[in-house]
Amino acid sequence: MSVIEVTDLRKSYGGRTVVDGVSFAVEEGEIFGILGPNGAGKTTTVECVEGLRVPDAGRVRVTGLDPVADHDRVAHVLGAQLQEGRLQEKLTVREALQLYAAFHPNPADWRPLAERLGLGDRLGARFGKLSGGQKQRLFIALALVGNPRIVVLDELTTGLDPRARRDTWQLIEEVRDSGVTVLLVTHFMEEAQRLCDRIAVIDKGRIAALDTPAGLIRRSAGATVITFTPSAPLDEEELSALPALSSVAYKDGRITLAGGDETVNAVITLLARRHITAHQLRVSDATLDDAFLDLTTTDLTTTDLTKTDLTETTS
Amino acid sequence: MNTAVLRTEARLLAREPGSLFWILVFPPVLLAILGAVPAFREPQDGLDGLRIVDTYVPVTVLVGMIVAGVQSMPAGLTGYREHGILRRMSTTPVRPSALLSAQMLVHAVAAVLSALLALAVGRLAYDVRLPEQPYGYLLALVLAVVVSLALGSVISAVSRTVKIAGAIGTAVFFPMLFCAGVWLPVQAMPDVMADVVGLLPFGAAAQALNEAMVGDWPGWAHLGVMAGWTVALSVAAARWFRWE
Ligand SMILES: Nc1ncnc2c1ncn2[C@@H]1O[C@H](COP(=O)(O)OP(=O)(O)O)[C@@H](O)[C@H]1O
Ligand SMILES: [Mg+2]
Repeated sequence: MSVIEVTDLRKSYGGRTVVDGVSFAVEEGEIFGILGPNGAGKTTTVECVEGLRVPDAGRVRVTGLDPVADHDRVAHVLGAQLQEGRLQEKLTVREALQLYAAFHPNPADWRPLAERLGLGDRLGARFGKLSGGQKQRLFIALALVGNPRIVVLDELTTGLDPRARRDTWQLIEEVRDSGVTVLLVTHFMEEAQRLCDRIAVIDKGRIAALDTPAGLIRRSAGATVITFTPSAPLDEEELSALPALSSVAYKDGRITLAGGDETVNAVITLLARRHITAHQLRVSDATLDDAFLDLTTTDLTTTDLTKTDLTETTS
Repeated sequence: MNTAVLRTEARLLAREPGSLFWILVFPPVLLAILGAVPAFREPQDGLDGLRIVDTYVPVTVLVGMIVAGVQSMPAGLTGYREHGILRRMSTTPVRPSALLSAQMLVHAVAAVLSALLALAVGRLAYDVRLPEQPYGYLLALVLAVVVSLALGSVISAVSRTVKIAGAIGTAVFFPMLFCAGVWLPVQAMPDVMADVVGLLPFGAAAQALNEAMVGDWPGWAHLGVMAGWTVALSVAAARWFRWE
């Protein structure tokens, strides 16, 4: 059953269209990711789902309800962590949790929640005195304290250190496992790949692709990336003729090939035939990163590849 | 009105030493200092036998109200909008208007407390008579609180940032203090000046409080001026206020 349905959503600001016909449906119990570069229209889209913005056109339904017209009923089932905003500087963590718990008829017990988010020893601290990461974790707690059926998290782990980020991911998985549907906005590939059951890639206000993380990777042009430093120069024409090759790049004496399994076999055969040794040979499957670059830039040319240090992202 | 929000806002106001000082401490202290001047405790012919300290009780009653309504509340409300606090509240089942009404109520309570303190200092320290028409006094007091909150709401409505709210609040603050009679109590103003000031909310409030103080029912004209301003300012605030 779809708990969120967005159909042909459109929104513009001052004549500039920032969401241009976005449609997707989020199924109950899944973690649905919205991935896209900055300014792609992710926040605008989810804030229409939260009822904070009014769409210019299109239809948004949350558990069958219109988030604008049925604001109160939607607010009972949906918890939101916003990308921006603060709390009152002198409000303590405990007071904030108690206050937001009091807004809901069946709130979660805020104590274990605070504990789980690493705020257990900061309950008496005022909001203004919290670190950026602690503020962010408090906002996540406030989104969850009402025991929502659906939680919308916008740039969930921005400002968190790597450890807190991983802890938060685990928490979100637990939340999902407890039956809550999660709509997650991110521009972190690792986060999307680790957490999401399905991902909508948004670029310039449109959905560029909607698939599972594995599906997105499979679609990407160069699903396998081979890099090495040849012991002697290789003929460029011969390289370009490799089967299933999608791109070749040369950087600092290293060659980076993107292609498929056949490309790997062919390049090894080629090297053996020419008696060339491949130093520091690396073969890796493309990541969501690569798929993302494929989807969000119109044409991924060789020059683009040279600019992207693939050895770093794929090793 | 949401009681959890109200309790939180009351706590938060109690954590603002600046607001507490200017609303609750400053007005009674001002009255105490003025009353300490011996000449201000002499009956004046020009004031129908009242002493200067008598005329300053309604003035200090209004000072706390003006600070609460024009300085403290607009800064708070504007900050709540500027910092996305109202917006975050919009994602919960409680409407952000609960925050607005809680801010108004806690400032109203603080303003009334301040008025009671000023009356108490006048009565206990300088033997100033308590209002002889208490119901009329109460009515004038309530109207004055309401009009000051309405004025504060307009300031918050037209201010995009806390800084702007502070600047407008200060610009409005001094003329309002003048009308209330801080520099020259309305009884001592020349007639024309008193009439002009009487058309403004706090001039009308000062005159209404004075009348009730000496036992008369406050003039309907003064009450009407306050009510009229309240309606006009509330309509303006409702029209211009933005939630984000
Ligand atoms: N309230 C607004 N007024 C004007 N422009 C806006 C507003 N909100 C967002 N935008 C613009 O819309 C575009 C998409 O913004 P946003 O949805 O926040 O993107 P994302 O979350 O994907 O980074 C951006 O170019 C942003 O500047
Ligand atoms: Mg965003």
